[in-house]
Amino acid sequence: MRIRFVMQEIGIGLRRNLTMTVAVIVSVAVSLTLFGLALLIRAQVNQMKDYWFDKIEVSIFLCNDNSAQSLSCDGAVTPDQRAAIRDDLNKLKPDWVKEWYFENQQQAYENAVVYFKDSSIADFLVPEQLQESYRVKLTDPRRYLEVAGQFDGRPGVAAVEDQRKILKPFFTVLGTLRNGALGMAVVMLFVAVLLIGNTMRVAAFSRRRETGIMRLVGASNFYIQLPFLLEGAVAGLIGAGLASFMVVLAKTVGIDQHLARNFTLTPFIGWDAVISTMWTLLIFGTTMSVVASFVTLRKYLRV
Amino acid sequence: MIRFEEVSKLYATQQRPALSDVSLEIERGEFVFLIGQSGSGKSTFLRLVLKEEKPSNGRIHVAGKDLGRLSNWKIPHWRRQIGTVFQDFRLLPNKTVYQNVAFALEVIGKPRSVIRRVVPGVLELVGLEGKEDRLPNELSGGEQQRVAVARAFANQPVLLIADEPTGNLDPATSVGIMKLLDRINRTGTTVIMATHDQGIVDQMRKRVIELEYGELVRDQDRGVYGYRH
Repeated sequence: MRIRFVMQEIGIGLRRNLTMTVAVIVSVAVSLTLFGLALLIRAQVNQMKDYWFDKIEVSIFLCNDNSAQSLSCDGAVTPDQRAAIRDDLNKLKPDWVKEWYFENQQQAYENAVVYFKDSSIADFLVPEQLQESYRVKLTDPRRYLEVAGQFDGRPGVAAVEDQRKILKPFFTVLGTLRNGALGMAVVMLFVAVLLIGNTMRVAAFSRRRETGIMRLVGASNFYIQLPFLLEGAVAGLIGAGLASFMVVLAKTVGIDQHLARNFTLTPFIGWDAVISTMWTLLIFGTTMSVVASFVTLRKYLRV
Repeated sequence: MIRFEEVSKLYATQQRPALSDVSLEIERGEFVFLIGQSGSGKSTFLRLVLKEEKPSNGRIHVAGKDLGRLSNWKIPHWRRQIGTVFQDFRLLPNKTVYQNVAFALEVIGKPRSVIRRVVPGVLELVGLEGKEDRLPNELSGGEQQRVAVARAFANQPVLLIADEPTGNLDPATSVGIMKLLDRINRTGTTVIMATHDQGIVDQMRKRVIELEYGELVRDQDRGVYGYRH
């Protein structure tokens, strides 16, 4: 294999089709940037899930004297009912329940006073109005329904609530953003693949004299196609490199300088996620270009 | 070297076969003229020898291989023992004489040391020493064809196929090319030359194979162009 000869051919090829090469690089860069952003959003969502699901808990509210809100309440919870729930919670440890604690009416009142401190509601609250509750942390927050099912509707239980639903709208927005970026990335990738195919067709045509002679003197298919494939690979790699740069910008400017400063309550993805995204883009972009080139060339360069 | 056994070729778009029931044998080291009018099947014959086309019927052996059994990925390697020269030279206009010949060796993966040794030798053989750095458009037609012959011969082929190599050249220049092909033939390389050039065929007195409407109508040793049986 004559490496210098092949490199020379690639250089000639890329320069000869400069405008097409630029078009390929730009479309690969744009599509992979969108793809990269989708990957970053996914990483962010996963990170937030880990963070928040670790903190949120399931609340089992018990009936109090004036509980009329639940069918299962028949006056206030009895000590027996309370103890039965406690025993069941202990039985579910550690497979389902990680830990739990009990909040009595006085503690609930203190929390509520803090929560409503700027409101006049606090002035009217008395501990007896509030509900006792078991606060339960689950081993796997996603199995909320199975745990809730065991307590919901039981005598003495007024309601079972999952704090996850507070975060739901937030995750919905992120999910929509991710799907939007992914959708546009797919469309742009399709455009990029078509462009690569066309570029290879033009390249094969403009070099038909060379490839014709190569065929005649018995150059192998691999040798004839190699410069084209490497051309595709180089264009794809440059495009993916630009996309990686955009992803780095999204991290440094978008996240570090803006989002992280304005939203301090949640952690943001770190460099490890960004670097793995970059690898994905580089490998995916190059492979995609080579495969698209190869498929086109099979049609236009034959023995 | 070449054996055709009842070979026919019918193109899908045409009624009349381009080649019909042709059987012949060409021995190693022969020099053969392939003559016939345009459309008589000369080009089809050569394309079949190069396995650029598949026969509709019959079997073809070239350089020890049954072409029907030669798998696609083996074709390139097999073609390395065949040199080809065309009427239109087919040189690369942006490469020098030296580079044009070296190109044919580079693309089949010959090491640079071999190329440095072989190319000057072939260029001397075809009489182009001192013109290594010229571009094709700085050469006369005859000189360009010499470059093409040098390129075809660089890898020491056992078979040289020339498709009307003198078609674009004046008679005096043609004689020079024929002398060159004759010299290559004397090194042991089989030469098949398709031509319309009556003067050359009459002068060389080599074996003549004539095709007419795809049929073999004459196969004569030491023949002339105009002979009718």
